[in-house]
Amino acid sequence: MTEISAANTAPPKPRTARLRRWFHRRGWADLTIATPYVWLTIFFLLPFMIVTAMSFASRTPTSPPFSFGVDGSFLNFENFARLLEDDLYRRAFLISIRNAALATLLCLLIGYPMALGLTRVSRSARNVLLMLVILPFWTSFLLRVYAWMGLMGTNSWFNRLLTSIYNGLVPDDWAIRSIQMMHTNFAVVLVTVYSYLPFMILPLYANLEKLDLTLDEAAMDLGSRPFRVFLDVTLPLSIPGIIAGAMLVFIPACGELIIPGLVGNPSQPMIGRVISDEFASARDWPMASAVSVALLFLMVGPMMLYTHFEAKAQEKKAMEP
Amino acid sequence: MQAAAQAETVRASAVDPAPFIRIDGVSKYFGTFRAVENVSLEIRKGEIFALLGGSGCGKTTLLRMLAGFEEPTKGRIFIDGQDMTGVPAYDRPVNMMFQSYALFPHMSVEKNVGYGLKHERMTDARRKERVREMLELVQLSQFAHRKPHQISGGQRQRVALARALARQPKLLLLDEPLAALDKKLREHTQFELMDIQHKTGTTFIVVTHDQEEAMILSDRMAVMDKGEVKQVGSPTEVYEYPTNRFVAGFIGSINFAEASVVSVAGDLAQVEVPAFGGRMSARAVPGLAAGQALTLAVRPEKLTISRGRPDLPNAVQGVVSDVGYFGKDSLYKVRLPSGAVLTAHSANARRAAEAERVATWEDDVWLSFDPSAAILLTA
Amino acid sequence: MNRRPVFLMSVLAFGFAFFYVPILSMIVFSFNNARLATVWGGFSTKWYAKLFANDQVLDAAWLSVRIALTSATVATILGTMAGIALARFRRFRGRTFFSGLVTAPLIMPEVITGISTLIFFILISNLLEAAFGWKTQRGFTTITLAHITFSLTFVTAIIQSRLRDADIAVEEAAMDLGSRPWQVMKDITLPIISPAILSGWLLAFTISLDDVVITSFTTGPGSTTLPILIWSKVKLGVTPDINALATITVCVVGLGVIIAGILLNRAERRRDLDAQMAYRANE
Repeated sequence: MTEISAANTAPPKPRTARLRRWFHRRGWADLTIATPYVWLTIFFLLPFMIVTAMSFASRTPTSPPFSFGVDGSFLNFENFARLLEDDLYRRAFLISIRNAALATLLCLLIGYPMALGLTRVSRSARNVLLMLVILPFWTSFLLRVYAWMGLMGTNSWFNRLLTSIYNGLVPDDWAIRSIQMMHTNFAVVLVTVYSYLPFMILPLYANLEKLDLTLDEAAMDLGSRPFRVFLDVTLPLSIPGIIAGAMLVFIPACGELIIPGLVGNPSQPMIGRVISDEFASARDWPMASAVSVALLFLMVGPMMLYTHFEAKAQEKKAMEP
Repeated sequence: MQAAAQAETVRASAVDPAPFIRIDGVSKYFGTFRAVENVSLEIRKGEIFALLGGSGCGKTTLLRMLAGFEEPTKGRIFIDGQDMTGVPAYDRPVNMMFQSYALFPHMSVEKNVGYGLKHERMTDARRKERVREMLELVQLSQFAHRKPHQISGGQRQRVALARALARQPKLLLLDEPLAALDKKLREHTQFELMDIQHKTGTTFIVVTHDQEEAMILSDRMAVMDKGEVKQVGSPTEVYEYPTNRFVAGFIGSINFAEASVVSVAGDLAQVEVPAFGGRMSARAVPGLAAGQALTLAVRPEKLTISRGRPDLPNAVQGVVSDVGYFGKDSLYKVRLPSGAVLTAHSANARRAAEAERVATWEDDVWLSFDPSAAILLTA
Repeated sequence: MNRRPVFLMSVLAFGFAFFYVPILSMIVFSFNNARLATVWGGFSTKWYAKLFANDQVLDAAWLSVRIALTSATVATILGTMAGIALARFRRFRGRTFFSGLVTAPLIMPEVITGISTLIFFILISNLLEAAFGWKTQRGFTTITLAHITFSLTFVTAIIQSRLRDADIAVEEAAMDLGSRPWQVMKDITLPIISPAILSGWLLAFTISLDDVVITSFTTGPGSTTLPILIWSKVKLGVTPDINALATITVCVVGLGVIIAGILLNRAERRRDLDAQMAYRANE
């Protein structure tokens, strides 16, 4: 009996004890930080650094198809030079930016009044409507694009409806048989708006919902009509929401691969197509990398800087009395 | 009563007695909830009028109807003779100082104050001048370029006031103007508000749940409960001559006792008060009849506490059950033989050590009051 | 305020029509008897029968679910760790860099993430073969690794915002009552954020189940997920069996979201009611 209890109360082996003490004091915190840190470094940062490095390499007929320092200098800027010279890339960038900007603007024009409308309905209706905004987001992205392919085809009821509306409005000799919607930039913009509209509505709604309605009343009390109240109070105070929504739409829309691939004009490729073509068809890894790096610097870079400074400004604001 | 009325005329000398704002049988229902029920009030030009009541009494709804944020379900509101029915908030000659101040966070102090002037037809120079004047009035000139979050709570309150006054409204509505300030600042600001009102001559309607605030600020006030106005009058009238139990109990503290009328002779009524163990005499109110049941009320500071039997018609004996010392005055709770407990306040006019005070725990004492101090409430 | 925002309500109505007309049209045409998916030719459920007879579709769906289950679970664990680290450990070396690292995948265009991950996997595979003679193939593992990396940042965002809203005084109270930091985490913090962990997992699961771009870069021969299969079919045009597949997806997801929404709504109303009762009881 005494032997057993002695065995039970005997201190655990020194090493496991030390390990346990370490874990309880500092270790659990260190592990909590280090595990995701290491993971992201290996699977996100490292690949990205490889791509950045590769944008300065040269294409060679080896496997893997690249090497450094082919023509003497270790860093090869030729890829970036080609980026500026070759019309293909410039055009792809312009088309991407134009399509994405147009889609962002349309999302804002539709999404803003929708978000504002959501803040003005009763609470129970609001919950249902918010769920209806989020619902398409949960269904497959691919299938949402596909749904529009069904609508835009020349035989579809939607196309025929639009065609007959058009024919009814214009003189007879302007009449057309169907509207060419598929494989146009219009289709890309339309489907992008459709796919990304929830990303515009949700941050805007979150922002507008928090606005103090007594500010509206104060403006009205000081003589402003409802639209003036909107311009003077609601709009300026919702700028953070507008920016958040615009970023959530613009950035993925710029690099979009699926939408232009399915409904876009194949002769007017967007930048995502160019990157994947350079990589897969042309097997020009360095060039694909250079285009990727350029895309990041041109579009994502400025926005990241903006958010960075915005966050700094917010922090500063919070520090003030 | 006469003295009080005289004080009232002196104080309200600048006030035009003709009604400037007329609230005529106004009711507001939200679904089945009756927020405001058949309220009629007349407010004079240039006075500070307080709407006093607890939360949910309808005072804020009434204020919002004056501002034009809510339409009355029934009744009408006239401002300076003009019917306000259907006039939206932005077209009313009324401005409001919000409880939360509702300062535009993205505009500087100066822009906030000048906001209402954007809609006034005036030159830019005049507009600037007016903003400058307003900032000077509230002593905030040096903060003109700060944003609301960069100034203190008291300063924000003054910006809100300046902004609401900039358009020179006929009527200024103040929703709990001092609620967000701490005690010290509140006392200071009360007098500042009165001073500014005096300078501008604007009619003020102040909504407050704080009776002291209403008493100090207002020329007249309306005490509200459950959507109805219970009494309208000067602070003195409402405090000293409440017309019903609610008002008497809401403003200040008071001792109530059930009573019945024995006889009425001229100015004095004899009432039987079982809780006090006998007859008391009180100043009569109109329309009393022998045998009528009513409530006798006495404010604690009107009760005199003494060791020996005082030479007054209204005196009751009891035992001190509790003493509270506040410094400037003391509170005594006295248990009567009937079981009722009366509260008495007595000012500590003399400097005295603890042992020298009038009474302490378990002392037998007498409480007495003048017939004029006794309030008879029939409602 | 009793002004009626007619304009806002019309845009709201238009917006919801815009959201749902394409989906409804897709559902209707899944019951189309005709071969052409866009012209009505009578009611039929034959495309559903065809779909369930198609082994390719079922295999792809099963692979997708396996990948989604694995990647969502790992991503939730890692993402929760990162969220706790960012929200509760005020200062540690490289904190700013870490927070940048966690948010970067959120705003990185998917093509770039896809390309860089693929290049990384190819190089690693070459390295393994050269060093150990170990031949590897892209497939389940590479897709899952890429999905974990991509979706853990979403989980982190959810956990972080939940922790930021949570009252830190509760954790301080536990510490005051004698709990070690590690026990506080286990007894207080994790239970508080458990709903956020659940929604993080659900989000990671759907992201993985839905992903095309990153999967298309990291997949290998024989590893066709459902979105990749749909993608390859849809590229050829509109077909009725995809309509049927889409209808099933929409119905399953829709039902799930609606049920979750009703439960949440009810819980919220319950809480409101309880608060009201408590308030009344105190009055």
